[in-house]
Amino acid sequence: MEQDEGRRALLRAALGAGALFYVPRHAAAQGPDPRAQRPQAGDHVVFAGGDRAGQVIAPADLVSGKAPLTAFPMDPGSRVVRDGSRLNQILLIRLPEADLDDEARQRAPDGIVAYSGVCTHAGCDVTVWQTETRRFRCPCHESEFDPRDGGRVVGGPAPRRLPRLPVKTVGGVIVVGGGFIGRPGFQPG
Amino acid sequence: MLTRTLLLTTGLAALLFTGCSTGTGTSTSASVSTQPAPRARATQGPSSYTPVTDQRLANPEAENWLMYRRTYDGWGYSPLDQINASNIKELVPVWTFSTGVAEGHQAPPVVNNGIMFVSTPQNQVLALDAKSGELLWRYKRELPEDLFQLHPTNRGVGLYEDKVYLATLDAHVVALDAKTGKVVWDQTVEDYKKGYYMTLAPLVAKGKVMVGVSGGELGVRGFVQALDARTGKSAWKTFTIPAPGEPGAETWKGEAWKTGGVAVWITGSYDPALNLTYWGTGNAAQWMGDQRPGDNLYSASVIALDADTGKIRGHHQYHWNDSWDWDEVSAPLLMDVQRNGRTVKALVHPGRNGYLWVLERRADGIGFVDAKPYVKQTAFTRLDPKTGRPEYDETKKPVTGKKIAFCPSLWGGKDWVPAAFNPKTGYLYIPANENLCGSLLGARQEYQPGKLWLGTEIKDIGLTVGDNAPHIGEIQAWDMNTGKKVWTRTFESHNWGPILTTGGGLVFAGGTNDRYFRAFDGKTGEPVWQWRTNSGITAVPSSFAVDGVQYIAVQSGWGVDAERMQGALDSVRGTKTDVPQGGVIWVFAVKR
Repeated sequence: MEQDEGRRALLRAALGAGALFYVPRHAAAQGPDPRAQRPQAGDHVVFAGGDRAGQVIAPADLVSGKAPLTAFPMDPGSRVVRDGSRLNQILLIRLPEADLDDEARQRAPDGIVAYSGVCTHAGCDVTVWQTETRRFRCPCHESEFDPRDGGRVVGGPAPRRLPRLPVKTVGGVIVVGGGFIGRPGFQPG
Repeated sequence: MLTRTLLLTTGLAALLFTGCSTGTGTSTSASVSTQPAPRARATQGPSSYTPVTDQRLANPEAENWLMYRRTYDGWGYSPLDQINASNIKELVPVWTFSTGVAEGHQAPPVVNNGIMFVSTPQNQVLALDAKSGELLWRYKRELPEDLFQLHPTNRGVGLYEDKVYLATLDAHVVALDAKTGKVVWDQTVEDYKKGYYMTLAPLVAKGKVMVGVSGGELGVRGFVQALDARTGKSAWKTFTIPAPGEPGAETWKGEAWKTGGVAVWITGSYDPALNLTYWGTGNAAQWMGDQRPGDNLYSASVIALDADTGKIRGHHQYHWNDSWDWDEVSAPLLMDVQRNGRTVKALVHPGRNGYLWVLERRADGIGFVDAKPYVKQTAFTRLDPKTGRPEYDETKKPVTGKKIAFCPSLWGGKDWVPAAFNPKTGYLYIPANENLCGSLLGARQEYQPGKLWLGTEIKDIGLTVGDNAPHIGEIQAWDMNTGKKVWTRTFESHNWGPILTTGGGLVFAGGTNDRYFRAFDGKTGEPVWQWRTNSGITAVPSSFAVDGVQYIAVQSGWGVDAERMQGALDSVRGTKTDVPQGGVIWVFAVKR
């Protein structure tokens, strides 16, 4: 019985920590705040930083074979940019058609694909583009991902691929087709 | 038998209750991982617990290891001598414990009268019976999902009275009940979303829990903060970068001080007689000195903070306007050093900048004694004999827009990994990396809160291995009274092994990619024992005794910078080295 008591104390400890200090942040990330909401079907995409931060990214901004753009989703109705959580960071890239097999081509309208910009290993921003190997690379611990192959891990400690974000082009605008396929970021213990 | 059956039943009930069981039939299910941990084995808190007092911290019993480096002077020395040259060959594991997490395990097993406290990556704390390895309780922090973990590790807990203190990756300090693991208080130190995080073991003294913040690579403004050990309330907070109007502010230009880095990510040392704590500080942010002109106090320095008020009582800057990413975060070791017939109350610091520094600590400041390189160093041309201020070879100092090569590499002669001092041999033991040089090409980058801000592109960070270099890793032994190196052990692998030294005249360390944990004769450096573990060892080893038996303990679990350097070496050499991950606590004793 003492074990049970100890276990309950442990549960209380863990829940206490969670309830007081974790859940509010969690709720903010998942709750009604549209800035923190994950990308939604119908969202547009905007530049995450640089001179054109907040401006809508057009298909023409994505040049085949060039480095990816970092983007945030935006609700086109309210024009709210969903930059309230770093887990909403998106890597957008246009891949050369020759690099894609038939399956990949179906997922990549005009060669455009989008992935979560947060590493699945330790949650760092995936900011490095390796021109030669055409891979995403995380600067923290050197995980590498292949955008031509569904964001698959091709190097480093990452345990899972980068979640893909379905996108399509509608009337010359890049539109999010649905939520991330998979959970962005690292898996908290 | 009845007792055991009852325990197993209780264990299964616990699993079902948590709703996380994957139900493995009639087995004991001890391996099912849930949160909080299921405890199919008897795991109750210790029936008695010896409170940790200031007196015990200042003068710990030989059998205990109550803090990061065991004593406030930072020696990493246990006076226990039962394990020595005569029986070291008989050293064998007596128990092990899987931590259940991967990444770099760096914390020492901290032991108070037979109760062991170990922290792991992902901010888990394990309390174990130090003799039997029985789990007493487990705390596992629920980390925020949007955390950016540049250094997924933790370097140990602090103890005071009946509490255990953990500094967390989301920049909180948590106080746990030492008997139950229950959270007593949880205090936010800073906003992790701005790039602040903590990996150090807290320094505890005089009712205060002192911590420093990481985040130099994310443009934070570093500080040391003291919290009341009983309540968690802030007692004082001292920034490592002066604000305009404060002394030293003239060493920064414009707004650079606001995002100037100077993180404090390793536990300070403490001189109770002077009531001064000594903290090593990181480099300034971003990395390129030409973009933040000035000396940039108190970057790459040691600062003396009054334990009661946090007031800066002295400082010594090892090198000004850092441009090499040479954090000087290791706190200096406090020891007496003979110089010219005089006993100097010294601060000894094997620097990341490749020099071994001897300073003098006084109530009113810090004086320079001497310094000399302990690895190949190409950046300094001379030191001012009075102040120790280095002059630079400007062709070896990274700048914006030009690739510059220098030695040692940006990981330095020694990174955070602690050196040790043995008063019996009189030697300082330095875990070093030699034959590595680096290069950087500086770039202008916009600062964004919570983002990496290095002042260089990742692809422009270079690492080179010396031509025909037969080795990289070293353990060096220095006689601090003569200022001479007495022996060097070399390893083909790089070395990230914190050092333990003992009254038995031994030196213990892992650190290499071949997973060995080793012992050396402290006088001669001769290898006397080794054991191959599950993973590579980058954790601080400790020694303790229970019921008259001496133990050596260490966590094995490769990751973080050792792994990163391995990746860099592999890419330079075109090799691929797979060092397995996953943490295990190892406890050794002499076979009986």
